[in-house]
Amino acid sequence: MRLLFGSCFTLLIAAALGLGATWLTLTRGVAFGALTIGAWTAWPKSGSVDIDPYARAIVARNGELPIGMGDGVAFYARSDDVGNKFDGRCTFTISGTTPPARYWTVTLYNPEGQLVGNTVDRHDFTSEEIVRDSDGRFTITVAPLARPGNWLPSGGTEQFVLVWRLYDTPIGVATRTTKVGPMPAITRKGCS
Amino acid sequence: MIRALLWILAAILLGGIVHLSTVLALPQAARQDAYSRLAPLTPINTMAPLAGPTAQNAVMPFMDPAFAGAVCRYDLSGGMLKLIAPVSQAYTSVTFYTRKSVAYYAINDRAAGRRTIELDLMTPEQHAELPEEEDVTAADRLIIESPGTTGLIVLRALAPEPGLMTMARQALAGATCGIQPVH
Repeated sequence: MRLLFGSCFTLLIAAALGLGATWLTLTRGVAFGALTIGAWTAWPKSGSVDIDPYARAIVARNGELPIGMGDGVAFYARSDDVGNKFDGRCTFTISGTTPPARYWTVTLYNPEGQLVGNTVDRHDFTSEEIVRDSDGRFTITVAPLARPGNWLPSGGTEQFVLVWRLYDTPIGVATRTTKVGPMPAITRKGCS
Repeated sequence: MIRALLWILAAILLGGIVHLSTVLALPQAARQDAYSRLAPLTPINTMAPLAGPTAQNAVMPFMDPAFAGAVCRYDLSGGMLKLIAPVSQAYTSVTFYTRKSVAYYAINDRAAGRRTIELDLMTPEQHAELPEEEDVTAADRLIIESPGTTGLIVLRALAPEPGLMTMARQALAGATCGIQPVH
């Protein structure tokens, strides 16, 4: 009797633990080999055959095609430099310079990876269309309402994700060190 | 007391096994992975344009809206595949994915170093069966081995500004993929 009770209890706990851990790791986006610079994190190995089982499961579950190593690297940000979560009602600035790459793009998505609708149909900037100051630096303002300069509308969505993609870059392919150069800084400027 | 602790220990161990096996099994069980999403939209062994993402509609999550895309969903069971992709003015890349969305090879226009990217895709078995003299002349021929018989080839061409999207799409419209006749 005790044996039966014990094994039932064990199996229940095991199932709850195992499935719970799987659900947590997949929804939180846990994967190995992360490369973090400031608020930005990339998983360069996810674009190669060395992709780890967790990243593989995440990719299969959400249906995306990860950017291939040799094509580029994608950096994700979900909060600013000091850890304030991205909120569509707040204003954030992204400024500075980028690591070396032939081209880059920065795109705003909702947490599910869909573009966020807005009145000016602007969802991204490329390295070619961004307005820079005289020494090559730039500032992008992410805000719900129109701003001068490089305005990336957040459409007032509750949460958003920024993805910075570097194309034709040595990062992830050749670098083993963390000295890959600075990523743009993200600062919260206030909330409406 | 000790017996209860043993039961708990067994539960944790078993939980770990359940966790690892579900993570490993998930790619096999996934029904909404990229290949499944593209299957109804793309014919097999033919290059098909990929609609760009909009706020209302996107084939896959986290697509880069600055790029025009084209997909060749391949099946090598009938022979090896030839891919020809003209290079657009800004930036073009070709990425090969397995049936389970693993990017096993990617190349960009500069690495390919020509006006068109030309590749032969085959399984390791088909590569081994290639006549030897053909392999020698293959010095200027790029051969890619596909880990499985099915998968995806994705072409991406950058539109550096929105006005250049039409041009990027036109560049990709010239791309072809198809099974090579056996000789």
